[in-house]
Amino acid sequence: MYVYDDFDQKIVDQRVAQFRDQTRRYLAGELTEDEFRPLRLQNGLYIQRYAPMLRVAVPYGELNSKQVRMLAHIARTYDRNYGHFTTRQNIQFNWPALENVPQILADLSTVQMHAIQTSGNCIRNTTSDQFAGVAHDEIVDPRPWCEIIRQWSTFHPEFAHLPRKFKIAVNGAVEDRAAIRVHDIGISIVKNDAGETGFAIYVGGGLGRTPIVGALIKPWLEKHHLLSYLDAVLRVYNRYGRRDNKYKARIKILVKAMTPEAFGAKVEQEWVHLKDGPTTLTDAEIARVSKFFVDPAYETLPGDDAAYLAAKASNPAFARWVQRNVFGHKQPGYAAVTLSLKKTGIAPGDATDAQLDAVADLSDQYSLGEVRVSHEQNLILPYVKQADLFAVWEKAKEIGFATPNIGLLTDIVCCPGGDFCSLANAKSIPIAEGIQRKFDDLDYLFDLGELDINISGCMNSCGHHHVGHIGILGVDKNGSEWYQISLGGRQGKHAALAKVIGPSFAQEAIPDVIEQIINVYVESREDSEHFVDVVDRLGIAPFKQRVYAKELAHD
Amino acid sequence: MTEIIKQRQIVEDDAQLIRLGEDGSFAELPASGRIIVPLKQWQAQRDALLARGDFGVWLASDEEAETIAADIGHFALIALDFPAFIDGRNYSNARLLRDRYGYKGELRAIGDVFKDVILLMKRCGFDAFAVRPDKDIHEALKGLDDFTEYYQGATDEPLPLFRRRA
Repeated sequence: MYVYDDFDQKIVDQRVAQFRDQTRRYLAGELTEDEFRPLRLQNGLYIQRYAPMLRVAVPYGELNSKQVRMLAHIARTYDRNYGHFTTRQNIQFNWPALENVPQILADLSTVQMHAIQTSGNCIRNTTSDQFAGVAHDEIVDPRPWCEIIRQWSTFHPEFAHLPRKFKIAVNGAVEDRAAIRVHDIGISIVKNDAGETGFAIYVGGGLGRTPIVGALIKPWLEKHHLLSYLDAVLRVYNRYGRRDNKYKARIKILVKAMTPEAFGAKVEQEWVHLKDGPTTLTDAEIARVSKFFVDPAYETLPGDDAAYLAAKASNPAFARWVQRNVFGHKQPGYAAVTLSLKKTGIAPGDATDAQLDAVADLSDQYSLGEVRVSHEQNLILPYVKQADLFAVWEKAKEIGFATPNIGLLTDIVCCPGGDFCSLANAKSIPIAEGIQRKFDDLDYLFDLGELDINISGCMNSCGHHHVGHIGILGVDKNGSEWYQISLGGRQGKHAALAKVIGPSFAQEAIPDVIEQIINVYVESREDSEHFVDVVDRLGIAPFKQRVYAKELAHD
Repeated sequence: MTEIIKQRQIVEDDAQLIRLGEDGSFAELPASGRIIVPLKQWQAQRDALLARGDFGVWLASDEEAETIAADIGHFALIALDFPAFIDGRNYSNARLLRDRYGYKGELRAIGDVFKDVILLMKRCGFDAFAVRPDKDIHEALKGLDDFTEYYQGATDEPLPLFRRRA
């Protein structure tokens, strides 16, 4: 992974000093609340329902064991012994005291971490495929490009105060595990017929109040021009994005208003002036950054380890875990393991200090000291030998991270919701738990197969409910919490937005409603048809009919 | 006397900022002394201003650098307004005036200008900062040194770090 040099370290250290001074001036009354708010947000610090919340950046989801131990230290020392992994591959701490935040940032800087631009109206943490560099279906490793974008976007002076937040995602594999079509800019790394690397650029995707799938405005961008093109997109947005209404300020609204064609043409006009300027990437820089992401020294191993295959054959529980939580590796004899942070009864994405320390130990022992965070809020050990999988499984069970449910109904993506977040209309964690408890039969879950449930506590859509096969959105009606259900969303290459089935339901009704929906699926599926394919084939009508026949809804 | 930061020095302000009346009307201009007029007044009273001399023009955040690109040789200075520091449009205007239209004269930030934003402004090409009167200008000046290294190229240092890394 990327390692800071003196320049990188100095920039982060100077940020710590700057934020320490800003916090001091705020506490001394020299900065008003209105002045301090945008400044602290650009450092990931929210003032939440009960306490401040600090969001720490995990650039494109990559961590080393030392950094994971530091996160454990922060949870233990400054918080209530846990952190929450987010749908943007970051981690949030829910209970730090404002006065301690500068020291937390100083601690983070000792392991090359920070909270820069994890919130606010600026370019946020660039996200990517959690299996980058190891995926069996990878075309180009996206991580060097993510790092190049991270450096370009860090404290970019022209784009520090955009109309609204701005999120960039990069995918380099056949499957899109980075959800690039629902980002402000989605970058797909592609190769042309000559085998050269370049980019396809999508703009104007996003969830929130107005969900839109991004439009392709540049099918081929030669790699050296990546940053000047991004400068051009951002400049057009910075100048012409709406600033009069925060609900209409995202780039998607501008792209829609102008049409993607006209927006793309405007970007081209701007880019003509910037192209071939000093920001043009050099081969030396691409090589410098890429060398941090070369393959580790893999052992030459047989493709299928005999002891591993034997354990799989004789131990059904292990086999089940392998089926769901082990992902195909590009290197024979290796695997990527997903540690499930979706155990029933625990808020999705939460990890305690002890669990984080244990994950760091596991990664040191079995995964070359590296850990990844997925946008589905799980952790990944990317370099596990097949021969070690059984041992990793046993230890993951001890930690509580071995639930064999990756991609299944109980692997629920969920925002912190009304239990923590001051923006939320409704709670989301208890909804997830209610559903997990209803579906507690593992055989049945496996039989149901791949099914994404996404829960957001409000329209800001941090739980990405628009792209869940089943989406659940918390809404406020006359001061009480209700939940709207939508069906048929998808992330990835064939991203689609879910359709709302009708009036919303009370919290208690949700597990039964989900059960009714699942029953319609089970009765209607043909062969091994997935849930979302059945929804596509039948439409939402039969689901709607079943659910509302029982009069569970509230208008 | 009002003080202003120019070229990293705190100096006496030599220019009077003229704003539009609340109804959009033009103010009467003083006969002498340096003035900074709103874009609309420059467009409406071009000949009179050229005859008077010693004037600059200022742009609101929703006005565009392109509108004065052909005229930059006439201005003693150009000012760009930040009605609130979170309105970042004039960062782009500043860069366009410097990088694209070759403006070399004084480029002044006016409005919501204080310690925590002036380095961003400097990087985008501003060399003069009319710090908000209720903020400590000496404290604000220190903001220019919050960072000494930058990743991306900008107007003050067009070379990105990757072209300068040792």
